[in-house]
Amino acid sequence: MPAQPSFESWLRPESHGLYCVPGDFHIDPHAAVPRAVITHGHSDHARPGHDAVLATADTLEIMKFRLGQGAAARMQALAYGEPIKVRDVTLRLEPSGHILGAAQVVIEYHGQRAVISGDYKRHGDPTCAPFELVPCDLFVTEATFGLPVYRHEPDSGEIAKLLTSLTDFPERTHQIGVYGLGKCQRLIALLRRAGYERPIWLHGALRSMTDYYVARGIELGEVPSVADAGDKLAGEIVLSPPSALGDRWSRRFADPLAGFASGWMRIRGRVRQRGVELPLIISDHCDWPELLQTVKETGAREVWVTHGREEALVHELGKRGIAARALRLVGREDDAE
Amino acid sequence: MKAFAALLDRLTYTPAHNAKLLLMRNYFRSTPDPDRGYALAALTDGLPIDFPLRRVLTEIGATRFDPELFRMSRDDVGDTAETVALIWPASGEPGDAPRLSEIVAALTKAGRGGHADLLTHWLDRLDATGRWALLKFLSGAPRVGVSARLAKQAVADAFGKPVDDIEELWHGLAPPYLPLFDWLEDRAPRPSMSGTPIFRPLMLAHALEEAEWEAMQLEDIAAEWKWDGIRIQVAAKGGVTRLFSRTGDDIGASFPELVDHFKFDAVLDGELLVVRNGEVAPFAELQQRLNRKTVTRGMMTKHPVHVRFYDALEIGGEDLRGLPFTARRQRLEAWHSAHRPAHSDLSEVLTYASKEELQASWAATREGGIEGLMLKRKDSPYLAGRPKGHWYKWKRAPLTADCVLLYAQKGSGKRSPFHSDFTFGAWTGKDGEDILVPVGKAYFGFTDEELSQLDTFVRQNTIERYGPVRSVVPKLVLEIAFDAVQASPRHKSGIAMRFPRVARIRWDKPAAEAERLETLKALIT
Repeated sequence: MPAQPSFESWLRPESHGLYCVPGDFHIDPHAAVPRAVITHGHSDHARPGHDAVLATADTLEIMKFRLGQGAAARMQALAYGEPIKVRDVTLRLEPSGHILGAAQVVIEYHGQRAVISGDYKRHGDPTCAPFELVPCDLFVTEATFGLPVYRHEPDSGEIAKLLTSLTDFPERTHQIGVYGLGKCQRLIALLRRAGYERPIWLHGALRSMTDYYVARGIELGEVPSVADAGDKLAGEIVLSPPSALGDRWSRRFADPLAGFASGWMRIRGRVRQRGVELPLIISDHCDWPELLQTVKETGAREVWVTHGREEALVHELGKRGIAARALRLVGREDDAE
Repeated sequence: MKAFAALLDRLTYTPAHNAKLLLMRNYFRSTPDPDRGYALAALTDGLPIDFPLRRVLTEIGATRFDPELFRMSRDDVGDTAETVALIWPASGEPGDAPRLSEIVAALTKAGRGGHADLLTHWLDRLDATGRWALLKFLSGAPRVGVSARLAKQAVADAFGKPVDDIEELWHGLAPPYLPLFDWLEDRAPRPSMSGTPIFRPLMLAHALEEAEWEAMQLEDIAAEWKWDGIRIQVAAKGGVTRLFSRTGDDIGASFPELVDHFKFDAVLDGELLVVRNGEVAPFAELQQRLNRKTVTRGMMTKHPVHVRFYDALEIGGEDLRGLPFTARRQRLEAWHSAHRPAHSDLSEVLTYASKEELQASWAATREGGIEGLMLKRKDSPYLAGRPKGHWYKWKRAPLTADCVLLYAQKGSGKRSPFHSDFTFGAWTGKDGEDILVPVGKAYFGFTDEELSQLDTFVRQNTIERYGPVRSVVPKLVLEIAFDAVQASPRHKSGIAMRFPRVARIRWDKPAAEAERLETLKALIT
């Protein structure tokens, strides 16, 4: 068997993102590049200004919505599981379970396989395709919640907390802060699954992405705009960007009760800092056990950690005999969760 | 434990009073005995649990977790107990969570050595919120922003009984308060409290209004100085003495010298003060003695406490509350001259020839270092609560100072969309230049309309944001009213204001003309 090239010789961590040398493309680059493969539509991964972008059709659509015409000069859609040849490598995209359209990038080169997972989660999510496990030699992972204190509770309990609060405080508007792409639609879907049938009211900033999810066939029920509300929405659920919590915008509601759906809500200090009254621990990222489980299941002999609490994950993997290193890529916002 | 954990969890994040009451009401209605009784104890006086939590956590932490990961987690979370609660691997079956009563029973039986095993066993059976609540519970009194009074109010509301009835019974009961809940749910008569000293709800005064003063006849009222201490009720019977705060909390442990000397059979109302050689010391001295679990002899000598009585609710087992003030006062004077308990005297009843003379004496209170006057109707019985038209407090006119708005912070609850906590400063010289130093913080005194104007000003003049706090361009002058200035080495300015509030917004006044720190320092009492 011929000696295999080191991973670094063909997949190079550069300051603004991973660069695949034999394929001549970047993955989720922070700055504009000639050729980019984009894992998903969140703004810390999908930046504007690239010459050519390869991504799933949903990710491309989301980029057009969010970045407008400047999203990229040329776009090429690739379906999940469909391999293509890019120069000297074979590339395919597989679902990462993070948000609609989110993909892991699978690259094969000289008998080696690397999986760049982007952001991913293993918890079920009714609004996107579930994470697809791909055995590999090199696994590139995030570590947003890379500490053993982060273990996300089952969604059902968090949704029950919200529904109980609506019964306890039927005269108050429940304003829940959510990120506009992914979390918003997942929260609506979870509420519907729990049997909540009333309209769920949306801040204007959440409108276009939610409409896109609906257009893609995801059932979200009645989701009117707050701007069209005739009263103070007492006892109703309103979703807004987190920045609108406790802002002037929320003065229109009946004694608003501020909630926030995020994995960070597990930490009390963060809840207090945000002035949140109803924390909902709902995350679109892996928790600690899922990170370890995934690394193990891929069978990777080497792991690179892109962003988050990489120090703890590298430490733990080292103990388990897995070579791990932190890439410290710039521009990843782990607060956007 | 699950319901109690959910309650504590919600209470910590719920700022509004009424919302807290509602959450507690629901809990007390839906939780069985004896668990709810232990929860009530935890929310009021705390359970007498002697659990060496810190030592046990350190012991468990060192053996169960990778020290590197634990350290990194602790840094991220910011609190050791919370870190343990979160990092603990879930292993219990759902529905297996221990009941509060089971935990209390096991703790009472536990020997010194078994603590770590017990805690491990419970943590294994709880979810993250449950583990956090358990650790709070074991720490003694969980601080979740609920006063003992509020918890009792919730119990009273839950079962439609007056909270004063609960206060009266309270100190004769012990956790889990089964006779109390039996009575609340109408299964048993009201528990009998004869034989133990119990708290009687206090009679409180209203602030005197101009019109009430106009209508008042001098011969109808008794006047006393308004003492600047804390209200205290001394209840003593059968060799047992209890000291109650205004809200019915037993504060006897902080003042053993009073408990030791007050051996009589009476329930008396008065003011707790630090008195040295007959002179009342500033309130700051009394503060040194408040909320202490243990008191050293040195502290007792340094800040000698004293009770100045002004009313009698019960003497020798006879309830005097139905008698008019003058009759109660006569009984108090006769009783006090007969017994002369150490560390006590009576609040003098002041006599005046005319209302004008009374008013002149009020006007001079500030120079005399006195907080103001109390006016009490001579024919009033002793009524619980704050009944209208009986007792009046006539506080000395406040001091005022023009200060400059420096920082604003968002409020909580209904006020959460507004910046409603205002930090203001005064000028002082530093390195040859005038700078503003913060001298206080006010969060009331303005109307809703003014609040909205202030909020707009803050948003339009923000320099920087630090989480919920904004610094603003120092150009808006606020006229601050306050009751006194105290020396405070903890503050950068070296002073602390008592009861600062916004008296007026001086849109018209330039910041350069605001008060100087030196002027405020001259007011230190």
